[in-house]
This record gives sequence, structure tokens and C-alpha cells, in this order.
Amino acid sequence: MALINSRSSIRAGQTSPHKLALNSTQRVMGLLVLATLPGLLAQTVFFGWGTLINVLWCVLIALGCEALVLKLRQRSLAVCLSDCSAVVAGVLLGLALPPFAPWWLSLVAVSFAMIIGKHLYGGLGQNPFNPAMLGYVLVLISFPQEMIAWLPPMGLEGHNNSLSDAAFAIFGSGVDAVSMATPLDVLKENSSLTINELWQANPVFDGMAGRGWLWVNVAYLAGGLFLLWRRVFTWHAPIGMLVAITIMATLFWQGSGSDSHGSPMFHLLSGATMLGAFFIITDPVSGATSNRGRLIFGVGVGIMVYVIRAWGGYPDGVAFAVLLMNMAAPTIDYYTQPRTYGHHRANKGMPKRD
Amino acid sequence: MNAQTKLIATSERKIWPLTGGVHPAENKHQSTGMPIASVPLPETLVLPLLQHAGTPAEPVVAVGDKVLKGQLIARASGVVSAALHAPSSGVITALESRPIPHPSGFSEPCIILTTDGADRWCELAAVNDYRRLPPAELVARIRDAGISGMGGAGFPTALKLSSGLPIHTLILNGTECEPYITADDMLMREQAQAIIAGAAILQYVLGAGQCLIGIEDNKPEAIAAMRAALAESVDADKMEIVVFPTIYPSGGEKQLIQILTGQEVPSGRLPADLGMVVQNVGTAVAVKEAIVDGKPLISRITTLTGAALQKPHNVHALIGTPAHHLLQQAGLHESQLSTLVFGGPMMGFSVDRLDIPVTKTANCLIAATQAEFPAAPDPQACIRCGHCAQACPSSLLPQQLYWHARAENYQQLLHHNLFDCIECGACAFVCPSAIPLVQYYRASKGAIRTLEAKQAQSERSRARYENRLARMAQESAEKEAKRQANAERAARLKAAKAQEQVAEDDPVQAAIARAKARKAAGAPAKVALSGEQKELKIQLSMARAQAKKTERALSACVDDETTKKLTSNLAMLNEQVAKLEQAFEGGSAEVQAEEKRVKIARPALSDDEKKRKVELAMANAAVKKLQRALDGASDDDAATLKQQLADAEQRVAGLKLALEGRL
Ligand code: SF4
Ligand code: SF4
Repeated sequence: MALINSRSSIRAGQTSPHKLALNSTQRVMGLLVLATLPGLLAQTVFFGWGTLINVLWCVLIALGCEALVLKLRQRSLAVCLSDCSAVVAGVLLGLALPPFAPWWLSLVAVSFAMIIGKHLYGGLGQNPFNPAMLGYVLVLISFPQEMIAWLPPMGLEGHNNSLSDAAFAIFGSGVDAVSMATPLDVLKENSSLTINELWQANPVFDGMAGRGWLWVNVAYLAGGLFLLWRRVFTWHAPIGMLVAITIMATLFWQGSGSDSHGSPMFHLLSGATMLGAFFIITDPVSGATSNRGRLIFGVGVGIMVYVIRAWGGYPDGVAFAVLLMNMAAPTIDYYTQPRTYGHHRANKGMPKRD
Repeated sequence: MNAQTKLIATSERKIWPLTGGVHPAENKHQSTGMPIASVPLPETLVLPLLQHAGTPAEPVVAVGDKVLKGQLIARASGVVSAALHAPSSGVITALESRPIPHPSGFSEPCIILTTDGADRWCELAAVNDYRRLPPAELVARIRDAGISGMGGAGFPTALKLSSGLPIHTLILNGTECEPYITADDMLMREQAQAIIAGAAILQYVLGAGQCLIGIEDNKPEAIAAMRAALAESVDADKMEIVVFPTIYPSGGEKQLIQILTGQEVPSGRLPADLGMVVQNVGTAVAVKEAIVDGKPLISRITTLTGAALQKPHNVHALIGTPAHHLLQQAGLHESQLSTLVFGGPMMGFSVDRLDIPVTKTANCLIAATQAEFPAAPDPQACIRCGHCAQACPSSLLPQQLYWHARAENYQQLLHHNLFDCIECGACAFVCPSAIPLVQYYRASKGAIRTLEAKQAQSERSRARYENRLARMAQESAEKEAKRQANAERAARLKAAKAQEQVAEDDPVQAAIARAKARKAAGAPAKVALSGEQKELKIQLSMARAQAKKTERALSACVDDETTKKLTSNLAMLNEQVAKLEQAFEGGSAEVQAEEKRVKIARPALSDDEKKRKVELAMANAAVKKLQRALDGASDDDAATLKQQLADAEQRVAGLKLALEGRL
């Protein structure tokens, strides 16, 4: 009974709730990385070891940059590194860059993403732009030659170059000799052949969306559905983007003639569509925050992706579309507050100043 | 339709989903294994005066008073307040501040009752048939019984019952959505009949046609017991038990209304505005006991649970029983105890002492071990994942609220409806970054309330200041207008005189002109007083009034010196009055003389006439001043009066001179 009238050893001041769900930023990020595995696998199968080496290399750079900045900012390394957000950024960039992107290209992209794109804005949770996409766009604009160097997909039966070849290609001399345009490139450059002719004339087209690309996208779709099931994010942004691409592609399809922009299926399952829909635009930090806002955000990205693909200067537009919509996100947030319990309608825009 | 078929027919009642919500681990089974137990009488009971929402009760006992069980020891001190009764018989040993169950760890005034072990009841006034009493009488009895909401908020029940608005639905809250707590569950299992009886009384008081009893589906035994009790009740056709899926926080008043009726309580309004009143099942039992048995609220059912207890269970706890007394009944392992929480894990608060008493709202004590309620991990950055928004039952954007709370951007917080947050903690529960969101909201709410109170206050003083300015402006405007009117009249009189001078050779014309001028100047035509005469007259009446006042002051005066001074003052004033009277009469004569003189000699206004005017004005001002001073004069104003005396002398002298000159 010694405790009764004296301050005791029991802990006070802990505020409600006293018990938290078993949820952590680390877990969220871990699930994200886990969900990229099918895509990583597919990309490695079709495009060689390069992707895997790339991903590992990018993660390494990302962690290094993160540690460096945290040290400069005198933050606790252990706490911040353990949130795994750097790993996710590294993995995503590694997947997005061409499989045989030279080592310095990845270095530039990742370090720009981490240092400028993330920490200069204040670190995790503060960045207005998706850091991975910032890094990607930087190298896309600066080194266009290297950025279109995708190898011809080999297919399951094909002969990938060996692990050491891949490493040599990345850290050594490069792979210009074997590089090859992606289906989106080919389609974009095409002005004379009908779709059927194109498909026959070019080995990169195989199946609906181009050889390999179909499976890569399906793999990302699978990973995305897994994340939806685990409620890591809501369906609003991905579905918004995919529906918008489908609608745009249907409206502006223009059949299978030489001026065709490709079928909706082609657009859904080629390029970075699925990677973007489930792994890039679902980045919560730089996206819109309410459900309705995310839907609008996704639709915006979808429309923009298609516009860039069909009429823009680049074969794929996920990165640009995401960055453009990042800029719109705060405004979207202000106009998409949900209707609060007991209110007739939702508040919109900025608060009135008095 | 008999009760049984009605029950079956309506068990299909439509329910609405809760917005958001979470599913924390329930941890309820630990404390439902044993029936509700009694606790040996504690030696002392600590009874905080504030156990409810509102103002503290006022003690009606003194130290040393002997009290009986159920006797009133503190009465409600206002509209939003609740009475307090002795939970057992004994002696009042102290009225002092003791730590109370509150998140802040504050000490508040308490009545300390040392029990005598006899546990002897005072006389109770039971009501045999409450339906013979008017509802207002029953509300008064409920108020006198000191009943306040037993679900957690502790709002005085009588107040909820007398909103004055038409109520069609009574909602009985048997949800108990917080993990760990089983007090209502056990109450429903063991005292279902009392709950139904209490609900019937509440329904009668409110005039509510229907009663919905909401219970989460994780309490099958309670549901069965309640269904059985309702089937036997005579009120079965007016009540309905509604079972809905378990989700936190379905037991919030607003949330329960949403689930049971699909309606939302408008922001800033009360359920009564929708014609509904929500009461906790425990409150219903307290009402039944207050009316049917005449017993005030002196005990409640409290869940004792947590991994640091050997046998968690529910107890009938007397209000004021110290926590350690109860926890020992449940086999507390003190060495394992790491956190003691009052209330549930989602909304309860931790305390740092074991001697804190159980109050009317204390539905649960959780003696948690370190492993059970680990210290919250360090918060990480918000990644805007939006899990909080998915969980929020009020459809707020907790992540945005968090940003704006950190930025202390109160406008944005209000724009994001901060005050619609019910502090349920669902957002913080799911937050992967372990941000203590609710804490931010509470702090921001507090800051905004303080700011608004300050603003309201400065607004009030600003309004007061502006009123004063306006008043002063108006007064000076009135004065100015008066002054102008006077000046105009004087000018017109002057003009009239000039006309008279012009028309001196034609007496008829002159008379007409004079009459016209007088009319124009607003002066009474019969008694033709000159300007000087008027001023003299005014001065005269003022001097008279002043003299009278001085007389009055004199009669009330006790101090010798002052009396002397006042006497001489009075003499002077009387003299002045006499002089003024003379002057006035003389002045009248002079006007006539002057008129004659004007007619004959036609001199312009002489210099000494002007001088006299000035002097008169001065005297006038002085008299006024003295009068004002005398208005507020008290006996000890000797110095002021001296000064005034000198003034008066000077003035009288001046007047004398002037008047002599005139005569
Ligand atoms: S749950 Fe936590 S981390 Fe996620 S958005 Fe809400 S506050 Fe931020
Ligand atoms: S504490 Fe407030 S903001 Fe958080 S979930 Fe509950 S109502 Fe929503």
C-alpha cells in the first residue's frame, strides 16, 4: 500500500488511445516493397538481370543519400531509416529506369530524388512532388539517349544475358548495341503502317501490348491488388487513373489505321501504366488526401498520361503527369473536403478571412 | 400483435452503417466471467464535488456532521450541476482538495466521509405509481437524486429530460463499444428488468412514443437477457432492441443515432433537436432506483480489468471508493501495474495515483501491464496515408487537421470542422506514424476556445468604449446645438433692437416691428424681458437652488469646521440671491429706461454694458460650477468648499460692481 498516497511508479500522462493498431509506417512501406516483387520478377525475366541490379543499386544509393542528409540534419539515423521510405523510393526508381541504365544515371536520378526531391523540402511527408518521379524526369530530360535504352524483351524462353554481363553493362561500357525502342516508342514514331502491319513488322509487338510489357504490367496489377486488399491505400487514385486512360484511349483510338493511337488495352498494359497506377500515384505524401481528391488526382494523371502519349513529345508520360498533378494536389485538397457528420454540405476552398 | 410477434417482426429493423470506425481488440471476455460483485465497505469515501459536466455541487454539510446513507451532502449549484449524496453512513471528516480522476491530475474540492460500518439508510421517498405524477415532478426527483449520465460524459440527466422540445424517440445506449469495458454488458445481463423499467419511466417523462435499445452484437448474453426482460414487460410494444455489428465508436451519441435512425445530429445542435434523447442503460437503472425506490445515485457498476489483476470482474462500487480499494478486491499485482486507466483504452485517461476515487462516470479501471499498454512509440512524420480519414466517424480529414494544428492555423482548423471531432481516437489508433492526433486536437480546441473568449471580451470592451464615445459625441452635439440656438436667438434680438432704432420716429411701426422681432426670437410677447434680465433670472434661480442645497448639506453636516464653512457659504449665497433679486427688478426697470433712452438719445451699446454682460456670464459660469460641486458634496469636502466659497465671493463682488454700475 506504499503506492496509495505517494506518486507511484505507474505511468501517467499517456494519452488516449492507449493502445494502437499494429500499424506502422515501416509496415506500410514493407508491404509496398513486397508488392513490387512480381513486377520486379517479370521485368527481370523479360529484360534481364539489369533490372534487379538496378533496383539494388538504387536502393543502396537511396539509403546512402538518406543517411547523409540525416547526418547533416542531425537526425536520428535509426528512427528515420527504419521507416523504409528510402527503400521504397529506391525500388521504384530502379524499376522505372531502363534495365541497363548506366550506374551514373541511376546515381544522378536517385540522389536528386532523395536530396532535392525529398529532404530539401523537409524530409518524409513534406515533399510536394513525388521524389522518384522528380529524379526520373531529371534524367529523362538530361540524358534522353540512355533513357530509351530498353533491351528487346526476350520472353520466358529467351536468352537473357548473364548476371555478370548485366553488371558489366551497367557499371562498364553500356549496351547501346542491343538497345531497342519500346512499343510505345515505336507506336509513337509510326506514321505509315497500320496496326496490323506494325505488329508484324516489329518484334517488340507481341500480343496485345507488346511482348513482355503485357506481363510486366499484369505483375504490377497483381501487386497493386494485393496492396488494395491489405488496405495500404484506397482504390480511388488507381481506378481513377485506369478508367481515365481507358476512356481517353477509347475516344481517341482512331481504329487500327496508321494514325491509330493504340487500343485501350494497349495503353492499359504497356509502358508504366500499372506501375504508375498502383505504385507511383498512390504515394500519399505528394497526392491528394481525401478519397474524392484522390479520385480526381487519379483521373487527372490518367488524362495527362494519355495526352502525352498520344500528342506529346515523349513516348510515355506517367512521370510528367504525376508531377503536374502533384502541383494541383493542394488545390484539389481544398476543394474535396468530405462532408462532415452533421453538416449539410462540405466546406470548399480556403477559409473565409474576416 | 402481441409482444412476441412484434419483437420478431421488428428484429429486421433497418440499421445504417457507421461512417469510418475501427476494430480494436475487444478484451472484454476477461471481466465477464464472474457476476457483478459487492465490495467491502471502504473506510473512507472521497467524494469530489464535480463528478459531472457543469458546475461543482455545493456542500451542505460541515466537518463533524454525522450523515446517513443516501443523505444529501452537496446540492446542485446551478442549472448544469448535480447533487451529491452520502454513499454510506458515517462522519464528514474533511472538506478539502484531493486528486480526482481527471487527465490533468488536478486536485479538486472533495467531501471526505469516514464510514461507520453501519451503512444505515436515511428515510427514502419511494413512488409507487410514477404515472400518477406529472413528468415535471419526476424530473425534479431525478435531479434531486443527483443522476448524471453514466456512460462517460456525465451530463446531468434531468437537464437532458427537460429540453422543452418534443421528443418522439428515446434511445437507450447499451453499445459499450470501448474495448475492455463490460459494465453495461454485465448490467444488461443481470438487471435487464430494471433497465426496461427505467426506460419506461424515461419514456413517460419525455413523452417519447418509442424506445430503441441499441446493443452491439458482441454481447449475445446481454441481448438475450434484455429480449427476455422486454418480452415480459408491459411496455414491450413501445420498445425495441436493435442489434448491430460491433465497431468502434458506435457508442458515441451521434454515432448511435446515425446507426439506429440514419439521421445525423446537425453540427452544434443536440439530439433533442431531432426529437431524440440518448441515455445510457446504467442511467436508466439509476432513474428506476431514484423513482421506484427513492434511492439517490450513490453507487455504480465499474469494470475492474487489465492484465495486472488476478481476477478481473465487475463490482458495485460506492461512489468515492478509492481505486486501490477496488483493485485489491480484484487481486492487483502491484509490481506488474504499469498504467492505470480510468475509462476505456480508446478514450480513457491514465492517472498516476492509486488513491483516486471512483466517480459517477467511472465505468472502468484498467490496471494494465507494460506489455498491455506499451508506451506509445515516438511519432514519425505524417505520410498522409489517409488511414486516419478512413477511420474517422465524423468524416473529418485528421491529417489536414494535424497539419493545421501544428501550424496553429486556427482558421483552417475551423474550416476543417475541428469542433465536430468527438475525440474518439480512431484516427490515432490507425495512424502508422503513431502521431498522438487527439492530443493535437484537444490542445487546438482549447487554444481556440481561449482565443475566442479573449476576443469576445475585447469585443465587449470595445463596444463599451464605442458606446461611450458615441454618447459623448451626442452630448457635445446637443450642447453645440443649444449654444447655436442661443446665439441665433441673441442675434435675432439684436436685429430686432436695431430695427427698433431705425424705426424710432414711427412709434406704431416700431411697435409692430418689435412685436414681430419678439415673435421671431421666440420670446414671450407679454413679459418682455431683455437678454440680461433673462440671464439674471436664470442666475437667480440657480443661486436659490444652490442656497437650498447648501442648507441641506448643512443640516446633514456633523463636523464643526465644515458646518462653519457651510454656514458662511450659505450666508454669502443668500446675500447673492438678494442682490440678484434686486438686480433683476432693477434690470426690468432699466430695460424700460433703456428703451426710453434708446428712443431719445440713440446711443449704441455702451462699453460698460458689454462689460456687464461679460461679468454676468462669468458669474453664471461660477454659480454653475459651484452647483455641480455641491451636487456631489459630502461632509469631508471642506477643501473643495473653501475653494468654492472664494469663487462665490469673487463672483458676488463682481456682480455687485456690475449691478451698481447699472443702477
Ligand atoms: S494516419 Fe497518420 S500518417 Fe497517415 S495520414 Fe493520418 S496522421 Fe498522417
Ligand atoms: S478523434 Fe476526431 S478526428 Fe480522430 S477519428 Fe475521432 S472524430 Fe475523427
